[in-house]
Amino acid sequence: MRRPGSLESMAETEVQRARDRAGVTRRLLLELRPFVRPLVAALGFVTISAVGQSVAPWLVGHAIDHDIAHGDGRALAITMTVLLLVYVASAFSQRAQSRLIGGTGQRVLANLRVRLFSQLQALPISYFDTRPLGDLMSRLQGDVDTLNQLFAQGLTQLLGQLLALVGILVAMLVLDWKLALASFTIIPVMLGVTAFFAARARAAYRKTRETTGKVSADLQEGIVGIREAQAFNRTAENLARFRERNAANRDANVSATGITSAFSPAIDVLSTVGTALVIGFGGWLMLNGELSLGTLVAFLIYVQQFFRPVQLAASVYTLAQSALAGSERLFAVLDAQVEVKDAAGATVLGQVEGRLTFEHVSFAYDATRPVLSDVSFEAPAGSMVALVGRTGAGKTTIANLVPRFYEVTQGRVLLDGHDLTTVTRSSLRAQLALVPQEPFLFSTSLAENIAYGRPDATREQVEGAARTVGLHDFIVTLPKGYDTVLGEGGGLLSQGQRQLVAFARAVLADPRVLILDEATANIDTRTEALIQKALSTLLAGRTSLVIAHRLSTIRSATLILVVDGGRIVERGTHDELLAKGGRYAELHGQQFADGPAAQRVRAST
Amino acid sequence: MAPPEPARDRRPDPRSRQAVLRAVKYLGQHRLDTAGALISLLLVAAANLAAPQVVRVAVDRGLAVRDWSVVELAVAGLLAIAVVRGLLTFLQGFLAERASQGVAFDLRDGLYARIQKLSFSYYDQAQTGNLLTRLTNDVEQVRTFVGSGVVQLAASLAMLLGTIVVLVRINAVLALAALGTVVPIFFVLRRFVKRVGPLFGQVQQSLGKLNTQLQESLQGLKVVRAFRGEARELAAYSAINDTLRDQNLESIKAISNSFPFVNLFANLGTVAVVGVGGVQIFRDQLTLGELVAFNSSMAFLLMPLISIGFLAAQISRAGASAVRVFELLDTPLELTDAPNARVLPPLQGKVEFRDVVFRYAGAEAPILKGISFTIEPGQTVALLGATGSGKSTIINLIPRFYDVTSGAVLVDGQDVRELTLASLRSQVGIVLQEALLFSGTVKSNIAWGRPDATLEQVKAAAVAAQAAGFIEALPQGYDTLIGEKGVGLSGGQRQRLAIARALLTDPRLLILDDSTSAVDAETERAIQRALDALMRDTKKTAFVIAQRLSTVRDADLILLLDQGRIVAQGTHAELTATSSLYNEILGTQLKGEGGAP
Ligand SMILES: Nc1ncnc2c1ncn2[C@@H]1O[C@H](COP(=O)(O)OP(=O)(O)OP(=O)(O)O)[C@@H](O)[C@H]1O
Ligand SMILES: Nc1ncnc2c1ncn2[C@@H]1O[C@H](COP(=O)(O)OP(=O)(O)OP(=O)(O)O)[C@@H](O)[C@H]1O
Ligand SMILES: [Mg+2]
Repeated sequence: MRRPGSLESMAETEVQRARDRAGVTRRLLLELRPFVRPLVAALGFVTISAVGQSVAPWLVGHAIDHDIAHGDGRALAITMTVLLLVYVASAFSQRAQSRLIGGTGQRVLANLRVRLFSQLQALPISYFDTRPLGDLMSRLQGDVDTLNQLFAQGLTQLLGQLLALVGILVAMLVLDWKLALASFTIIPVMLGVTAFFAARARAAYRKTRETTGKVSADLQEGIVGIREAQAFNRTAENLARFRERNAANRDANVSATGITSAFSPAIDVLSTVGTALVIGFGGWLMLNGELSLGTLVAFLIYVQQFFRPVQLAASVYTLAQSALAGSERLFAVLDAQVEVKDAAGATVLGQVEGRLTFEHVSFAYDATRPVLSDVSFEAPAGSMVALVGRTGAGKTTIANLVPRFYEVTQGRVLLDGHDLTTVTRSSLRAQLALVPQEPFLFSTSLAENIAYGRPDATREQVEGAARTVGLHDFIVTLPKGYDTVLGEGGGLLSQGQRQLVAFARAVLADPRVLILDEATANIDTRTEALIQKALSTLLAGRTSLVIAHRLSTIRSATLILVVDGGRIVERGTHDELLAKGGRYAELHGQQFADGPAAQRVRAST
Repeated sequence: MAPPEPARDRRPDPRSRQAVLRAVKYLGQHRLDTAGALISLLLVAAANLAAPQVVRVAVDRGLAVRDWSVVELAVAGLLAIAVVRGLLTFLQGFLAERASQGVAFDLRDGLYARIQKLSFSYYDQAQTGNLLTRLTNDVEQVRTFVGSGVVQLAASLAMLLGTIVVLVRINAVLALAALGTVVPIFFVLRRFVKRVGPLFGQVQQSLGKLNTQLQESLQGLKVVRAFRGEARELAAYSAINDTLRDQNLESIKAISNSFPFVNLFANLGTVAVVGVGGVQIFRDQLTLGELVAFNSSMAFLLMPLISIGFLAAQISRAGASAVRVFELLDTPLELTDAPNARVLPPLQGKVEFRDVVFRYAGAEAPILKGISFTIEPGQTVALLGATGSGKSTIINLIPRFYDVTSGAVLVDGQDVRELTLASLRSQVGIVLQEALLFSGTVKSNIAWGRPDATLEQVKAAAVAAQAAGFIEALPQGYDTLIGEKGVGLSGGQRQRLAIARALLTDPRLLILDDSTSAVDAETERAIQRALDALMRDTKKTAFVIAQRLSTVRDADLILLLDQGRIVAQGTHAELTATSSLYNEILGTQLKGEGGAP
């Protein structure tokens, strides 16, 4: 538990400055807008406890000087009662204040988190292409966390302490300005010492952060890549490398500690110097009859009290800088352009027939490198259109344009004659279902995974979808059946079974247009044939867009498009294309090189 | 709105206490540092207690009787004490931290060694996030407690006792008055610990869940969008977020119900001391200096109490963490070298399965139900069978990723369980079905199993795997950085890197688990031709799993698998002549009467 104001808490937050500090501050304050009332109330309580904190030592001094020195028991009783009341009032206002401010901070944060999350759900897919997930996650977490620290430690503690500091300084000046000024000479020294240590500590902590990052990366790979490590017999090497990094991390931490552990003793020495100063100079004043003993005692209390707020102020300053920088990045996420808004007057797409048209479509992920050029084709309602071609030809990219994961650069994509940009995204996607190249399974139950696109589906419907893809018989052999909770990434299922789950999900969504991107690559051909048979009745009249490397998968397509270098270079049915003897025939030849064995099979079946 | 009432356990978990003790024992490895810290700390406590005494002398013998020389002496004394105390405080902090970093190193080292040795079956159930938390957060919790916690606890106790002694010696009556306020402080802190201890744990848990939810919704981005799950993802996230907020508000409440009142009672001590002390001064039972010194020393009563309160809250957290750390550290290794394990001499390449039955841990029925076959050195074997029929399971038994339930797997006539894992695995090259690449360069990925390989060797492997072409087209060629899971490469490209990686280790036995599923036919044929040449030349044994007929057709032996049994085996020619199932599979590929939609 790091105490606020400790050197560690100062040094661990990387000093980062927001580029537009004023702007970010203004926006942060706007976030606080709904909480004006509790905050104003909190300010009131802060004032009360600050006044209390600065008045109390004065009362103690008064008791010693006047009541005790004059042997006045009644006056002492009165002073003590007042002191008691002051303390009680301070305690309750401290309680109220920390609830109001802390509570507001947590509410603002909770609010911000939800807004960030829904923003992330709305950002275009291309936003994530350039930002590795790990980075994005750790940055979001880190930035929200610095804000949390600012709210939790900074604001709650600092505000009160700072006001108290002002009160203390004023009280000291009022009590005896000479001794007060003498005592204040410690403050710049202390700030200087703090800055000195903080700078050194920051450098040291940069090193620890680096080594810690390496240790975490190693851990992550060590766990995620464990199967490869054991398969390639690399565990001993991994351990040696980890040991090295672990040791470097330890050493960096120890040397950082060397600096941080010197800090608090240094401050301690200073605080004693302060006490000595008060006793020395105050004593001299007293011997000259310019100061009473009670005032001296009050000063001794004050001097010890003003060290903490000064230290705190220094640390909160650093914290606030980082929080501003963090907020700037968070605001940048919140401000990022979300998926192009549905056009004004975008219509809700009703039930469609499923006629899919690409009209002179060109597309580039980044402007410098066109990926698709002038792609045109039409898939009549109920047809099966297949995309074939080499790795990297642009097949997945074509498929990505249909659910509008990306927006076309030129040309139009139409469904039943509606330009996709003129309909709402949600109504468009309701008509589609997609089985992506790499199946993604949630770590929920099998039933929930299958019903992801249709959460209100009954168990019968879920089972129906599983039956269609030939998964039902397997699922019922599992001890918990459909309620089996899948591990990370699908665990305990074979690779093909994972694809089948994703397939069942698409089937259950009951789409008008089905997009299959290598949906059966890991599935054996016999199972695939069974699926196709089942699908043919189920999806009768629906359009499908199928990508496959295995040509047997798409042989019966209504239309086969051969994609090469982002263009459609050949089109036609299987027989037409074979007869043509072009690129498709070549691909086909490679896969089914009619060796004698294959000839025999044909003859025998 | 009301957060679920945490199940509060009144009695501390005995497991947690044992784990904390065991963690503390790790300090034994760092005896000198620990002892140094403890000694420094006791001296610091003494110095702390001495300082107010000097103030008292200054007031009573100096200021009160206007003796300037005593004041001077006292000031010098104060400064001297401060410097000594400063040095000791530094030593104490530094040594304690060094000891705790040593403990963290030892714990992590042990944990990492363990996770490298745990078997595939452990990882089938494990969650990456959970394991990572144990190695990072949990170790850090334990470290903080073992380092500063233990030392601080000792320090606080010493301080507390010392202060009480000093206070009693100055004035017993005042001491009683001061200690009177300690009792309520103790109760306030105890309540705080009881309330906040479990709450901290819950906050930690909610944070974990929140992050998992965020991660999954971003990993599955396209699925979420395509199936319009955004609103549901948001609802799930919001629910966790609300819980977290409520837990945080709860902690704030607990803190605000405690610390202001701790301060209040401490301040009441001042009221009592000045009040009672005043009366005593009236009666000449106390000097002003003593009153002042007493008042200063009272602060030393409060500090250790608050520390102990915080530490007690920390112990429950550290305890939970220590339990998790040791749980992982004590996980039994299922797969280890047998006591008299032999080193496998250079492999000829004969592989035999003898009536192998295999059941996954936690599963009810066996997946492999009596598999027997023999492969001669230099043969290429294809495994064919439906999804889920057990192909990957079979090949996972050869490098002994799992142990058979009954029966035996033999290489060159020796049971794999009687060989050392290292000598076995170093001679088997495997491309897993879900090949993982590491963050690093293309070169370091290919050379992953053989880090000392030269660039020429790396290139040769890439050429054989048909990867050289696309690698050379990358911006920095073999030095191009690729991310975790090979971000930036298409599926087919990743698979080819994985093949190159396996080829580079120059294995005597090569296993390819559906390694070309994402590669187009043309490229696949080229890979195959290159492999064939490699295999035949060096007489390597190869296992190939593939769905495409073209891949398996030329194998020396085809094993046809159905529901965990081998239903047919032979060459392509033999199987077409004898196996109806094989012909059926061929039919689906060659004739394509799939009757697609
Ligand atoms: N998110 C992206 N950002 C930038 N470029 C991309 C992105 N996704 C793909 N590309 C590039 O676009 C081209 C086409 O990729 P696409 O994924 O459409 O190929 P594909 O034909 O589906 O290949 P595969 O058979 O391997 O799936 C490739 O050169 C690829 O590198
Ligand atoms: N770790 C595991 N725990 C429990 N069951 C498992 C585990 N891994 C696989 N299984 C089950 O064992 C059976 C065989 O799986 P295996 O991965 O060997 O199939 P496969 O033949 O390789 O299939 P595919 O062609 O889809 O890769 C499947 O039913 C699968 O669900
Ligand atoms: Mg498999």
